[in-house]
Amino acid sequence: MNFQVRPILTALRRHKAGTMLIALQIALTLAIVCNALFIIHQRLGNLSASSGVDEANVFVIANMWADMGQSTSQIDAQVRADLIALRQLPAVGDATPASGYPLRGGGWDNFVTMTPDQVKPTTDSAVYTGDEHFIDTLGLNLVAGRNFRADEVMVMGTQEAVTPPTVIVSKALADRLFPDGNALGKSFYAMGTTPSTIVGIVDPLHRQGVDQWSNGYAGQSLIWPMRADDSRGVYYIVRARPGQLADAMREVPKALYAQSRMRIIDPKDGIQDYATIRHKVYDSDRGMAILMGIISVVLLAITAAGIVGLTSFWVGQRRKQIGVRRALGARQRDILAYFLTENFLISASGAVLGIVLGFAFNLWTVTHFAMDRMSLVYVGLGVLMLVLLGQAATLAPALRASRVSPVEATRSV
Amino acid sequence: MFAYYLELALRSLKRSPGLTALMVLAIGFGVAASMTSWSVFRAVSGDPIPWKSSKLFVPQIDMWGPNGRSPDGEPPNAMDYTDAVALMRDHRAKRQSAMYQISPSIVPTDASKHPLNVSGHAVYGEFFPMLDVPFQYGRGWSSSDDANRAQVVVISSKLNQKLFGGVDSVGRIVNVEGRDYRVVGVLDHWNPQPRFYDVVNSGGFSTTDADVFLPFQTAIQADITNDGNTNCNAVPDEPGFVGLQHSPCAWIAFMAELDDAAAVTAYRAYLDGYAKDQQSAGRFRWAPNNRLRDVPAWLENQHVVPSDTKVSLLVALGLLLVCLVNTVGLLLAKFLRRSSEIGVRRALGAPRAAIYTQFLVEAGIVGAAGGVLGLLLTGAGVASVGWVLPRDIASLARIDVSLLVLTLLVAVVATMLAGLYPTYRASRVQPAWQLKSN
Repeated sequence: MNFQVRPILTALRRHKAGTMLIALQIALTLAIVCNALFIIHQRLGNLSASSGVDEANVFVIANMWADMGQSTSQIDAQVRADLIALRQLPAVGDATPASGYPLRGGGWDNFVTMTPDQVKPTTDSAVYTGDEHFIDTLGLNLVAGRNFRADEVMVMGTQEAVTPPTVIVSKALADRLFPDGNALGKSFYAMGTTPSTIVGIVDPLHRQGVDQWSNGYAGQSLIWPMRADDSRGVYYIVRARPGQLADAMREVPKALYAQSRMRIIDPKDGIQDYATIRHKVYDSDRGMAILMGIISVVLLAITAAGIVGLTSFWVGQRRKQIGVRRALGARQRDILAYFLTENFLISASGAVLGIVLGFAFNLWTVTHFAMDRMSLVYVGLGVLMLVLLGQAATLAPALRASRVSPVEATRSV
Repeated sequence: MFAYYLELALRSLKRSPGLTALMVLAIGFGVAASMTSWSVFRAVSGDPIPWKSSKLFVPQIDMWGPNGRSPDGEPPNAMDYTDAVALMRDHRAKRQSAMYQISPSIVPTDASKHPLNVSGHAVYGEFFPMLDVPFQYGRGWSSSDDANRAQVVVISSKLNQKLFGGVDSVGRIVNVEGRDYRVVGVLDHWNPQPRFYDVVNSGGFSTTDADVFLPFQTAIQADITNDGNTNCNAVPDEPGFVGLQHSPCAWIAFMAELDDAAAVTAYRAYLDGYAKDQQSAGRFRWAPNNRLRDVPAWLENQHVVPSDTKVSLLVALGLLLVCLVNTVGLLLAKFLRRSSEIGVRRALGAPRAAIYTQFLVEAGIVGAAGGVLGLLLTGAGVASVGWVLPRDIASLARIDVSLLVLTLLVAVVATMLAGLYPTYRASRVQPAWQLKSN
């Protein structure tokens, strides 16, 4: 098989418009598809980010107090009574009070500084509060140090600023603050006048939010040993015994209402397992990935169909020439190779333009929407897809062309 | 003549059903993708109060100074209690209201029922006339009610339905957080999106209804805490809700009505004067750095339209463009295949204009067919948009007459534009060459 490029180029010069249209279509398709692939891959990556929570067995109850006028000590007594009741339930493994939970979709965040009078913060951290059961309830992986002791757990009233002297941090935060790796026993300030000393390190522990702005602080969280006795309400994070999630989710609200009726647990969103929490928080990421997927498939289908259509037209137009070539000794596979090479040349030139357009679009989203820069991999993948697609789309009309009989050369139209 | 071209076009399209179907499909999908994303974009970028948005302003005061500014020098996007109350006291705009988000519980009179958690805002009385809030029954409260910290409440029609079965409940009593409030007004289905009066807490869009409105100072006095975002540049010195009121934390939204350019200029000068006073009093240790934006500028500044929506619209428009390029190619192939037919028509005396008309009619028919398919697909797209978009945004996308008309129009116009070049090529066919080769 010999690829004679020159006659192909000469022939293409006679269909300038058609050639340019296919090349342009391939360029635009490539530009969009490689950006779409990039977005899809990024969003799917978000979707599968580990929270650090034992998601199969953990659920969260949003418990609001019906009477906002309670004092902190009244609330604290109720919270402790609730927890004792929860931990005694047969389907419940453990429970902790909390002011927020991983993947909640936003919440408490503090600046972190190394000294109390530092003006520019070192970094930012999600803040979790819980008692000595927090780590076990969530099923976090304690990689260094120790858990909180019961006597370290403090009480925090509504919008009260309490800074416990001990803290457990995520490995991401520990590494950010102490890159040398000896964070245990060191202390830092998180918007308080007193320091907190790191007694334990967990890995991983996702932030509450998944917003784009927090990407720079990914995985940076701290846990303070506190019962957040806010007059508005409290979250109870509950771990069910293995395989008893549904039972536990049924038992828990009953047990809480039995403790006191002066609370509100929304029947719709008040109790959520982690599958629901994860599904909700990544709503827009998943949607964007699906949308980009649909658009890419439609685009590729339309481009393929367009190539089939135009190549068929060219084959029809050149039956006579093909007949002449066949009569002069060209084999069927030479004809096939001719059309495939022709398509390859068009695809390749379209791809060159497409790469430029693709990067231009990406750059535009980077400057306007603070999206990330696209790596070359996606462009390479896109080029490969389009070239293969072009060859596949050309195959059927090209095979038809190769079956043109040499006799056609002798027929006039 | 037009009827004849129509017949010619239909006959020609029927002759190559595969190619025709391909073009119709491409136009249909391209238009539907664009229109579906347009319906979402239109919904989220819309002006929630078009008749008045240019008269409603959001002031920002720089109470945190250089270290609390965003990288581009913007002051905080909400106010602390001190400034909000000072601005209310000075009352330099025609109407104005400070507001904060609340989420109190309502205890039903029937003790067997569970308490109910509702969300809403603590606002000043001028909030209602300023935003042209519609009332089903009664009205808002007066400024003397504000000053006297009256125990009054405005509720949504939905909450009225739940509590009072939808009857005129003005004068009835609602127990909010253990205190009795007299209903003075019931809203008439008011749920503006974007929720422009409190963008900071809603992020623009909200699926939770605003069910209760309490007088600002009444809510403060009753210790009904802020349920919205609280941003602090430092930890408050005192605990509790009172501590928050004494702190420089930002948690209060503010809106002012200014009728003309002179009023805006005067208000700007007032804000700067206020900041200078704070500077000379030693509370601010920096020069005034205030902002005053009207609602459209404020929504833009707060990035209410999600960037995903913009990117989706662009990508969908890209898809439409590819579909059109595709159609240009296919129409070119289709028209030039009929070179001999064109040659005969031209030789028999048809002017170029006639060729133009004939082929543009054909392109128009493809466009109309694509438009009809596009309509169906747009309908399906808008209906299933909740599947790929967050609930708060998806629920805003709607099909209406203007979207339908636009869909058809875009399909036909775009296809005819796509048909221009192929038609031009068709009209340039040399009759002599075609006749000769036959």
